[in-house]
Amino acid sequence: MVSKARVVINLWVTLLAIWLLANASLDSQVVLTGVLLATLLSLGLAGFSSAYAEVRLSPQVLVHYVLYLLVFSAELLRANLNVARLVFSPRIDIHPGIVEIKTKLKSRTGRMVLANSITLTPGTLVVDIDGDSLFVHWIDVQSDDPQGATRAIAARFEKHLSVIYG
Amino acid sequence: MTELIGSLVILAGSVFLFAAGLGVLRMPDSYNRIQTGTKASTLGTILVLLGLCVYHPAWTGKLLLLVFFVLLTNPVSSHALARASHARRIPRSDKTVIDRLEEAENRAGDA
Repeated sequence: MVSKARVVINLWVTLLAIWLLANASLDSQVVLTGVLLATLLSLGLAGFSSAYAEVRLSPQVLVHYVLYLLVFSAELLRANLNVARLVFSPRIDIHPGIVEIKTKLKSRTGRMVLANSITLTPGTLVVDIDGDSLFVHWIDVQSDDPQGATRAIAARFEKHLSVIYG
Repeated sequence: MTELIGSLVILAGSVFLFAAGLGVLRMPDSYNRIQTGTKASTLGTILVLLGLCVYHPAWTGKLLLLVFFVLLTNPVSSHALARASHARRIPRSDKTVIDRLEEAENRAGDA
């Protein structure tokens, strides 16, 4: 039951945040409608997904969430510049390959967010997941053993995600 | 002034979108095309939306919501494309140095 309550709370907060952002207003009628809709939807839909149960909520998590967003934005910018440089260079000099990395994240939601983050940073693309192995297509392979590849691709995200999702 | 800043951000975004399109033409195989085509475009899309935020501050909430949805759906689609390509054995370019996934699948097939 504890995890059901957690799903409802997390889903409720997410839905209300989306509603308020989409309406861009704090008018009492708008907020009231949003609260009503979020309550109905989160109670009705909580049974369908456990994805929201694995998000922890604490001040420490919030700090790491902000840190994670900063790390992710920096990576996104750096990787995009790298790929743009590759695309515009006169000779395309790439060494692509699919490497295996090992994640230490246990929760499924955490692994999903890690895989999405890896895929979003250009140059790396998750092709398949098998247990704790992620198979990553890397446009410029620098290290083909699992430890080195994990350090280069996943370690920066994992540090914060392990606190948020476990 | 804000219009100028917004326009410059949108211009920067369109440069990345152009790079994504050029990447699709220039990259040697489907995996590398997915890399450039679907993902150099994330920063491009985000920059265009942020530029619009500068133009119309009242839309900021909705535009940030769009950024969030792009960040959520974009990797799922490129992952699905890549996984399907690999499952169908779409040939890799000659430059490919290693394919651990195929090795793992062969191991599983032998066992």
